Amino acid sequence: MTSLSVSPTSAPSTSEPGFNFAYLDEQTKRSIRRAILKAVAIPGHQIPFSSREMPMSYGWGTGGIQVTASVIGQDDRLKVIDQGADDTTNAVNIRRFFQKVCGVATTEHTEEATLIQTRHRIPETPLQPGQVLVYQVPMPEPLYFIEPSRTEANKMHALEEYGPMYVKLYEDITKFGRIALAYDYPVMVNGRHLMNPSPIPRFDNPKMDMSPALQLFGAGREKRIYAIPPYTQVKSLDFEDHPFSVENWEHPCEFCGATDSYLDEVVIDDQGGRLWICSDTDYCEQRQREQLGHTQKLG
Amino acid sequence: MQPLLTVNNLSKYYGNLRACDLISFTLYPGQVLGIIGESGSGKSTLLDSIAGHIPFEDGIVEYCSRDNTLLDLRTLSEPRRRKLMKTEWGYVRQNPRDGLRMTVTAGANIGERLLDVGERHYGHIRTEALQWLDEVEIPQGRIDDFPNTFSGGMQQRLQLARILVTRPRIVLMDEPTGGLDVSVQAKLLDLMRSLVRTLNLSVILVTHDIGVVRLLAHRLMLMQIGQLFDALLTDQVLDDPHHPYTQQLVNATLIP
Repeated sequence: MTSLSVSPTSAPSTSEPGFNFAYLDEQTKRSIRRAILKAVAIPGHQIPFSSREMPMSYGWGTGGIQVTASVIGQDDRLKVIDQGADDTTNAVNIRRFFQKVCGVATTEHTEEATLIQTRHRIPETPLQPGQVLVYQVPMPEPLYFIEPSRTEANKMHALEEYGPMYVKLYEDITKFGRIALAYDYPVMVNGRHLMNPSPIPRFDNPKMDMSPALQLFGAGREKRIYAIPPYTQVKSLDFEDHPFSVENWEHPCEFCGATDSYLDEVVIDDQGGRLWICSDTDYCEQRQREQLGHTQKLG
Repeated sequence: MQPLLTVNNLSKYYGNLRACDLISFTLYPGQVLGIIGESGSGKSTLLDSIAGHIPFEDGIVEYCSRDNTLLDLRTLSEPRRRKLMKTEWGYVRQNPRDGLRMTVTAGANIGERLLDVGERHYGHIRTEALQWLDEVEIPQGRIDDFPNTFSGGMQQRLQLARILVTRPRIVLMDEPTGGLDVSVQAKLLDLMRSLVRTLNLSVILVTHDIGVVRLLAHRLMLMQIGQLFDALLTDQVLDDPHHPYTQQLVNATLIP
């Protein structure tokens, strides 16, 4: 975990010479922005785009990176999280990458960031108007496992034929007594388009509903972009007699005592000992700092 | 009585090949219409054209919907046509693997059409599925089993249940008894006959099995190289065949 004595915020620096601002060339950025505009105009609808080779392999966030690169500006303050944490490999490297090719300021504090790229979490701190959240998406098509043909799936989206999606939920209830999808839980956006919210835990689904922030989704390998504009209705699929619910834990966070955040289970020894800690490191540290008072620092 | 379905001069070509040539017939509510003919005579093409699975070149297919409006199926918008196919129409395939979802349970197979039309209550779907399993003589205890654990006859009956759950008015059947052994065939036919009567279904039944049409069909049409003959009463056609091909077909049957 990041030590709290080190300032998590960095000032802008000069960008690496030899690269265009934000790595991608201007033409590409423009084409991606056009895709984003279309995506915002039709909430939840997938827009194809010409995904570029990035200096990392597909599956490591190339979609999210391209979206971020297209919308980032000199004045932005970037935060990158991976499963809620600011200090894991994926997050650190993407943050460094943008520092290098844009020279933008970065931060670990959710409320200070103007642009947040995320892998598989939505920050616990509520997002504010003006903030942009960029998701890394491995599989944008929610119907894929029901209808492998893209042509047919597109037709189903066009005609709003989402019955087969519920077949999957029916099977879950039949097998497990409840809808057992823990992540990438499909949602209806604006009452019209079925959408995969990327593999965020089900716990985060309600945060997308009527969020004041702009939410952009980039799938690099699958070459799709989609979006949820601010203040858009996002509803998780469910049955009338099996309503949508989120996970809860019998334990508070070991470090900050939070009972309202998404907790990771950590095995601490080989005696079966385990503890639960916040997956959102920024949220956890802020709470710890508040509890200790601003003068005191954690060791 | 107003016909449920009117087909007028339907033509379907594959290049120069006339798969269906100026086909006309009418189907009335509660009527079972058999279409027999040898392989390659255009039976399945005709059925697929009527159901809208493949586009046809010429002709009119008119359907009188449940709310008593006349719909031209050829010009009907795709969303409405697809909706119709999931509510008022049903299509039974020869191979149940084509008509069922083999990777989901029997209950989900029956429930799918209900979900398609907007049912969102798990309990209701479950009750309905159990009831329809009962109706097609599949033990209710098998509701959570996968169709690939079912016998051929059961799969075919499950396919029926899956379709009938939305109370269709027309059911198109493409050789529903093909590939089943004779005793299972007989049982399935028995079931279909009682369902057709109790639910007042109109059926277009394509087969090359004379036994099947004799048992089920009220009227019989013969198809040969894309053309349709003899829209007559089944008994009339089978007991006193006029057309050379029908004569041959009746003679070729082991037990007519």
